[in-house]
Amino acid sequence: MSQKRVVRLSRRQILRGLLATGAFGIASKYGIGCASTPSTSDASTGASPAAAGGNPITIGFIYVGPKDDYGYNQAHAAGAAGMAKKFSWVKLVEEANVPETAAVAESMRSMIDIDGAVALFPTSFGYFDPHVLKMAAEYPDVQFFHAGGLYQEGKTPKNVGSYFGYIDEAQYIAGIVAALTSKSGKLGFVGAKPIPQVLRNINAFTLGARSVKPAITTQVVFTGNWAEPIKEAEATNSMADQGIDVVTCHVDSPKVVIETAEKRGIFSSGYHADQIALAPKGYLTGAEWDWTNIYSKLAEEIYAGKKLMDGGIPHILRGGLKDGFCKISPYGPAVGAEAKKAADEAQAKLMDGSLTIYPGGLKDNTGKVVIPAGTTLKQDDPTLESMNYLVDGVLGSIGS
Amino acid sequence: MATEAALGWWGVPLAIAAGTMRGGTPFLFVSLGECLTEKSGKINLGLEGTLLTGAMAAYGTSYLTGSPWIGVLAAGLAGAALGVIHGWLSQQFRVNDVAVGIAMIIFGSGVAFFFGKPFIQPKAAQLPTIDLGAWSGIPAVEAALQISPLFLLGVLIAPIMHWFFKSTRWGLFIRAVGDSPDAAKAMGMSIFKVRLLSVVAGSFLAGIGGASLSLYYPGLWTERISSGQGLMAVALVIFARWNPIQCLWASLLFGGAQALGPALQSVGIKEGYYLFNAAPYILTLVIMIFTCSPKRSLTGAPGALGTDT
Amino acid sequence: MNSWRRSFESISLSFGAIFAGLLLFGVFCAAVGQNPFAVYGSIWKSAFGSWQTFQNTLIRAAPLMLTALCTALPARLGLVIIGNEGALVVGGIAAVAIGLGLGTALPPVIAQVAMAIAGMIAGGLWIMAAGALKHYRAVNETISSLLLNYVAIALLNHLVGGPMRDPSSLNKPSTFPLPEAIMLGNIPGSRVHWGLLYGIVACAIAYFLIQRTTFGFAARTAGGNIRAARIAGLPVGQLTLTVCFLAGSCAGLAGMVEVAAVQGSANESLNVGYGYGGILVAFAARHNPLAAILISLLVGGILASGGILQRAHNLPDATVLVFEGIVFLAVLYSDSLYGKIPWFKEKPLIAAPPNPPTSPGQEPVVIS
Repeated sequence: MSQKRVVRLSRRQILRGLLATGAFGIASKYGIGCASTPSTSDASTGASPAAAGGNPITIGFIYVGPKDDYGYNQAHAAGAAGMAKKFSWVKLVEEANVPETAAVAESMRSMIDIDGAVALFPTSFGYFDPHVLKMAAEYPDVQFFHAGGLYQEGKTPKNVGSYFGYIDEAQYIAGIVAALTSKSGKLGFVGAKPIPQVLRNINAFTLGARSVKPAITTQVVFTGNWAEPIKEAEATNSMADQGIDVVTCHVDSPKVVIETAEKRGIFSSGYHADQIALAPKGYLTGAEWDWTNIYSKLAEEIYAGKKLMDGGIPHILRGGLKDGFCKISPYGPAVGAEAKKAADEAQAKLMDGSLTIYPGGLKDNTGKVVIPAGTTLKQDDPTLESMNYLVDGVLGSIGS
Repeated sequence: MATEAALGWWGVPLAIAAGTMRGGTPFLFVSLGECLTEKSGKINLGLEGTLLTGAMAAYGTSYLTGSPWIGVLAAGLAGAALGVIHGWLSQQFRVNDVAVGIAMIIFGSGVAFFFGKPFIQPKAAQLPTIDLGAWSGIPAVEAALQISPLFLLGVLIAPIMHWFFKSTRWGLFIRAVGDSPDAAKAMGMSIFKVRLLSVVAGSFLAGIGGASLSLYYPGLWTERISSGQGLMAVALVIFARWNPIQCLWASLLFGGAQALGPALQSVGIKEGYYLFNAAPYILTLVIMIFTCSPKRSLTGAPGALGTDT
Repeated sequence: MNSWRRSFESISLSFGAIFAGLLLFGVFCAAVGQNPFAVYGSIWKSAFGSWQTFQNTLIRAAPLMLTALCTALPARLGLVIIGNEGALVVGGIAAVAIGLGLGTALPPVIAQVAMAIAGMIAGGLWIMAAGALKHYRAVNETISSLLLNYVAIALLNHLVGGPMRDPSSLNKPSTFPLPEAIMLGNIPGSRVHWGLLYGIVACAIAYFLIQRTTFGFAARTAGGNIRAARIAGLPVGQLTLTVCFLAGSCAGLAGMVEVAAVQGSANESLNVGYGYGGILVAFAARHNPLAAILISLLVGGILASGGILQRAHNLPDATVLVFEGIVFLAVLYSDSLYGKIPWFKEKPLIAAPPNPPTSPGQEPVVIS
């Protein structure tokens, strides 16, 4: 008896669920009859992704976090918006807060299938392997431009390109400014994770600082995650307690670090974007992205019918200050004439290529030589993109 | 200048002491709110969403009106509004409060993120702080002793709430409803109203906890501002044995634990910071294991908690 | 007759709840200046409109089916477990560890089975720990499983950031990748991975286990009244541990699927909220494993529509959270209406439930 009752109960629930799903559909379908869906209807370009001159093109951007995080994602979104503003023939489609899972593959797919995107810019590093690689193999006519991934000739699909900026050049200059402004000779760096992109910034910042004051040190604190506001604030505070008087950071949103530094009355150096509004007194300078340039250049090439697949667009696109991938923030009020002069000189040398950040014989902070003497690594050397050390002068370690 | 001198190892206890007050304030409000809620016999897991909504409402209001105190009030009211939904819905027949709580996390964070977009960039007026460290002349100590009035408010609320439960008629009502709803019913109380009010008042406090995040420390609005403090509050209340005074100590402990990882790194302890970051959770678990017993229920535990009455 | 009417009642209530949720969301959209009907149209199109887009829904639904069981099974014993996320994470770690250890030495099928078993055991033990703490130390299982989530995530971050890290996983610390040969492929004719089938099969087994076996009967009895079950001589402790183990093993399997079918390695992307989604699915399905399949599809559809809301309607990314929250609140509320609507007793009429208020003081509105 009780058995029977149980069965009935569950059948009821199954029916319930079934109908629920159906109802959802009917309710939504009903909506279609009443109003046309705007702006998604121009899917026709999807069939002919060549988009040779003249036709409008659709370009998709995907961000891992919110578009307005005052940091990494915002820098990309601002670049995309700047690019779309310049060209009336670009239709920009964007999705924010897309996790690095099957979700991003599906987002790319519907941008291609539904919106007819001919080129995609998945801007988070974690999208690359396996999601971008998989989608690129599946859609050989669509061009995928990935921020920071490593293109390997013969291994990576031909329609995948990689672009990134040598923002460590800007960090090097910020390091010079920081060293010449610091009174205590101690700098601080709040990093998210000990990954190559972060390590490279820490090292460049330190090398810049030590190029003008060889005894200076940089204390590193890793928070463990890209957005940990309280830990970032605690890290900044504990650095201030340790007598550090210039802090900078590499986290998703530098707002906490810059504001906390200002509250503690110490100097700060920004990242991603210009943050002087957050710290009008203590802001020195900062390393800023400028994605508008590179996005505009790529959009024009795509519009002209150039392709990654036939080599019309290079697979690896890198550049620093000279190529306009990044820049330094205008100097804050606390920066003295000496610092400005040294920074401007270094910038000029980086621009004309007479200064290399990573010289031969470079030692890490355990005393090991990480770049053999005599082999100076130029900025575009791929081994730099797998950096796994902290240079001499950095206090901290990459062990987790 | 002597004040420029580094603190060295002394920085660690200082950072933790300062962290207890800075980072402990949101924990304090959320746990007091949760304590009030649980005393009436309901669990509100949705305080994570409430915290985020409160943080957004406080920051947005402070930015628009220029007055952080109106922001604090707005945070409380926004929290209370979510509390009404939770309090009403979780008391419906066959509706589980844990499930409603998780739905409220999604809904509350959705609302906070949706309406919070315009407030990420601007700088809102922050709550003033009370400087108790001016005597020391050491900037690090001065910074550590910049006490938020919200923290003091929380410190005041804890004993008041304790007294409220112990010595007032309304406190008795709440405890009766939480301990034995049947008896409370027999006494002629409206279980629904008492619980609704408790949940709403608890959410009001949690909203203020959000204001402490966005208007005091770290003092900004981003979508990642809460790293699970709202959810943790549930564990914290158990940790504190449903006693408001102990909620205060537990909040301080959890706040200090957040400062431990960064502070240790800045003096040269480098390994295992992820594990350090998990310390508060492991500690809670260990303490629960040692203090719970199958032979008796926890002292202070509301009898009807987690049951469908 | 009565049974027919009750089925009809539950159908109408679910129908009504989702309809009410959609309606409220429409009001929300209208309030922020969007045409709700255009939004409905886009949601339909991007989630259920065609086989192409429906696969998107299926992909997102697959992990939810498995994680939902992690809450649904212990619920039959009266336990509220919310450690789904943690069990998924440790399941993923264990599966990768085994997969890397075996490599391509054995036939792929064996390696896959071994990975699945490893994931299930790890996830199972993780939740069993919460069950054991409940039984032997009377530690509240909701809280302990919540805490275990944080511990699992910290463990994951620690392992992929250090001991298990592949040095060539540059900017996204991950374990070494699994060999391509032992990855789970897609179901033929689709882009949906085999995890979907695992989910459906696991739900079916769970349904059978709970509803049709003596074990399930014992569990349900104990869940109804622990003291009575003890008096009746049921091994409550054993039941608790077994059910918790099974529950955790489902979430652990979800973790294995995530690494072996999607990511190819373990990294922080394991921790993206499938666990918390699963809790809601379980409650919305009233802990019925078969209903969980359908609710997972509904949630998968909601998640799949998140993109189009941003791209076609310029709504912020948080819109999908508001949508999900509203639908869930409405569905949870609808449960309380069983037997309360007189129409189902008198004459069969379709009735939508009152909506939960979205602002204080707002009285429930009855739509008919």
